[in-house]
Amino acid sequence: MKKSKEVKNAAGRMIPVEVNGKPVIPYQGVGKYRPTGRRFAPKLVSCADYPADGNKLVSSLKEALIKAGLKDGMTISTHHHFRDGDIIGNLIFDIAHEMGIKNLVWFPSASFSCHAHLIPYLEDGTINRIEGSMNGPLGRFTSEGKMKGVGVLRSHGGRYQSVQDGEVQIDIAVIAAPTADPFGNATGDRGPAACGLLGFALADSQYAEKVIVVTDNLIPFPCVPWQIQGNYVDYVVKVDKVGIPEKIVSGTTEITKSPDRLLIAEMTAMFCDEAGIIQDGFSYQAGAGGTALSIGNFFENILRERKIKARFIRAGSNKYPVKMLEDGYVDYILDGQTFDLEGVRSMRENPGHLNTSPFTSYNYHGKGNFASMVDVVILGATEVDVNFNANVVSHSDGYLLHGIGGWQNCIFSKCTILPIPLFRDRIPIIVDDVFTLCGPGELIDVIVTERGIAINPLRKDLIKKMKGSKLPIKTIQQLKAEGEAICGKPQKPKTTDEIVAIVKWVDGTVIDAIRKIVK
Amino acid sequence: MTKTIATSGSEGPKVRSDCHITLEITKTGGLQIELLSKVKTLYGDDILKQTKEILSFFGIKNAKIKVDDKGALPFVIAARIEYAVHQVVKTDKEYWPDMLKQNKYKSSAERFRFSRLYLPGNTPNLMLSAGIHQPNGIILDLEDAVAPAKKDEARYLVRNALRQVDFYGAERMVRINQGQRGIDDLKFLIPHNVHLLLVPKCEDPAYIKKLDVEIEKIKKVHKIKDPVFYMPIIESAMGVEKAYEIATVSKNVVSMAIGLEDFTADLGVKRTKEATESFFARARLVNACKAAGIQPIDSVFSDVGDMEGLAANVKMSKSLGFEGMGCIHPRQIRVIHENFAPEADEIDKAKKIVNAFIVAEEQGLGVVSLGTKMIDPPVVKRAQKTIDLAINLGLISKNWRTEDEKK
Repeated sequence: MKKSKEVKNAAGRMIPVEVNGKPVIPYQGVGKYRPTGRRFAPKLVSCADYPADGNKLVSSLKEALIKAGLKDGMTISTHHHFRDGDIIGNLIFDIAHEMGIKNLVWFPSASFSCHAHLIPYLEDGTINRIEGSMNGPLGRFTSEGKMKGVGVLRSHGGRYQSVQDGEVQIDIAVIAAPTADPFGNATGDRGPAACGLLGFALADSQYAEKVIVVTDNLIPFPCVPWQIQGNYVDYVVKVDKVGIPEKIVSGTTEITKSPDRLLIAEMTAMFCDEAGIIQDGFSYQAGAGGTALSIGNFFENILRERKIKARFIRAGSNKYPVKMLEDGYVDYILDGQTFDLEGVRSMRENPGHLNTSPFTSYNYHGKGNFASMVDVVILGATEVDVNFNANVVSHSDGYLLHGIGGWQNCIFSKCTILPIPLFRDRIPIIVDDVFTLCGPGELIDVIVTERGIAINPLRKDLIKKMKGSKLPIKTIQQLKAEGEAICGKPQKPKTTDEIVAIVKWVDGTVIDAIRKIVK
Repeated sequence: MTKTIATSGSEGPKVRSDCHITLEITKTGGLQIELLSKVKTLYGDDILKQTKEILSFFGIKNAKIKVDDKGALPFVIAARIEYAVHQVVKTDKEYWPDMLKQNKYKSSAERFRFSRLYLPGNTPNLMLSAGIHQPNGIILDLEDAVAPAKKDEARYLVRNALRQVDFYGAERMVRINQGQRGIDDLKFLIPHNVHLLLVPKCEDPAYIKKLDVEIEKIKKVHKIKDPVFYMPIIESAMGVEKAYEIATVSKNVVSMAIGLEDFTADLGVKRTKEATESFFARARLVNACKAAGIQPIDSVFSDVGDMEGLAANVKMSKSLGFEGMGCIHPRQIRVIHENFAPEADEIDKAKKIVNAFIVAEEQGLGVVSLGTKMIDPPVVKRAQKTIDLAINLGLISKNWRTEDEKK
């Protein structure tokens, strides 16, 4: 890869001025960058060119891709609502490879271990690069400098932003749908591969030049509800299997049994309570990890004791928030993705369980979004530094492992808490300087570990409220010292100068660059 | 001839915070270290340095050593390497990691022992954070929780844990093995500020006497003055019969526990939740302890998922006169503390009695009375105990008298 000139951005990170042949804008600080211009739009179409009877069925995905004009260098998008049970993401590139097409850009809303299937295509140049997330084996592949182009990591909101302002122009969107009709109306809340909703494919349906809906559950028009509107869709394909149901609902969906994590969860809930966050009508977001689920459980206990209820939960839903909704401890679940079949069922049955999208929740180009309205958000991190900067994409050994997901967007909430163990095995979590910067410390308010809670010095209000608390409030430096006393002072992973991926901030600027790891 | 190849530690896909060592003494070739570690990027150099340091401490110049590390902390790596060395090199030397300064506190005979958390002595990942759950005592178990084949190496790990794991103020306890093995455990424990030894399947007062003698020997060598207390565990019909003798055989016996799993087996009956089958044994143990002036401690409650059952069990235990209980999961600790705690009306009554006593003292009265009722000295003593307990559990302030006056 050719080396690009580098500049220092506002976070003090060296980043390239040009990525994949296009100039990029360095990160300028939180809320500083204001792009101008107009929203990107795909070409005008005319309904006269589409079948009047509404039947857009074609015989196979290959035929649909050919009709959509698949050729070298195109950008192909997919969504990740099937998580590790995705089939179609891989199938698209099997077809492209068979057709001898090269230099494609894959633009998924997230990748999973199942997409290790694509590594040969990344090696032979069928795929030039991934813009989205590089999880598990794909992360390792990228960190070893094997991807032809430079990877681009974006948040869910950043993905919507990049589509809306035309930074990424999707040539073909392939939307795998659990249920659809021949017109292209599609829904995720029913069908053998039900995944709940299709919110991550919303932008793709609206902004791609060509849109293909693939389903294994084709029903006569109309498919109701139409989470994806057929009016955006060019072709519909029926396949035998659109996803692997048991892997769609994979992921951590049980409350943790680890006593240390339960303690962290309990301390987090106590902190929220003492800080006055838990009130009648409050809102929160907690992810699907074991600790986060357990925090939701502690919240529920507090609500029950006090006979109050939450107004809404932003989710990643599964059986726990669903039970809270059905037991009347919360009015609404604003759901971005469902993690288990209870979540899917509830979305289908409960009027208070709403499907949302990165547009409603996260988008930088929206006139506001939901994420910043949430009272408290519970998130994870692989590393946090003494300035509260956090890393969610690379692991202690420096290798890319996770995507950003909605993490960068969620830290805009009124109070962002990261409940994390002080160390995992011998890996201390609080460090001098994060290896990869994903979120600036000014947006991260509280770190809760089993050995103490650190409040960001910028949050003088929280510090004041917690004065006299029995909870172990410490400085982040104290926590770091405690972790290092147990584990020892760690060395940093070694890298070359070669940039293998960049991390985008929510506004499209570049907050950090990821370099090739020296083995 | 002694063997030249030794292994130690744990291996396999499920192992965490531990390592596996293969050591072969060679004649030439220097130290050849092979390191596999999931934290190689962060601590690879540290682990190599530590390995060399320990081998050279034992004067080993030529050896092949493989360290297969799953994120073990330094005190674990040290214990594993040392045990491997001791299998192939004849030496009396012991490699002691530094004693954490926060581990140098003392215990006392009368401290509260409501909860004591059992930790398997050869499983490092469970040890690291036990103290943050704030049990009154932490037990590193060398007996039933360690597989027979791992008994020897567990001693090294327990010793290093006593020195390097922060106990966060909990009483530092070890359950030793039975019989001679228990005696042999002592040299790994006594020099390392162990506060209390749990003595399993205790039915012979002479064994406690023997412990006294052996411990004194070790204390003398290491110039240790602080006492080492015992909590004998009564787990047999014979033990129950001998309870009072055991309770009074040494001043270091400060509490005595009952172990119902083995006791019911000895009786040949099923252990039930209602526990009527062990009612006599428990009552007998409580009575012996009270007669001897030590703490009676109840058995563990083994269903870690049933917190309501545990709470009921603790309440029953308290009503029988027990002053503590074992736990096998950190989530049990709080339930045990809350339910052994005196209730609000108990505290109020105790406050009135203690107040009356203090007032009587101040006025030089020989007799304490509350209203028209005379109060006997033992009643005052019990009230004072309740108050101490309430202060210790944070239910009332240390300065409750002045604070109550203000109200």
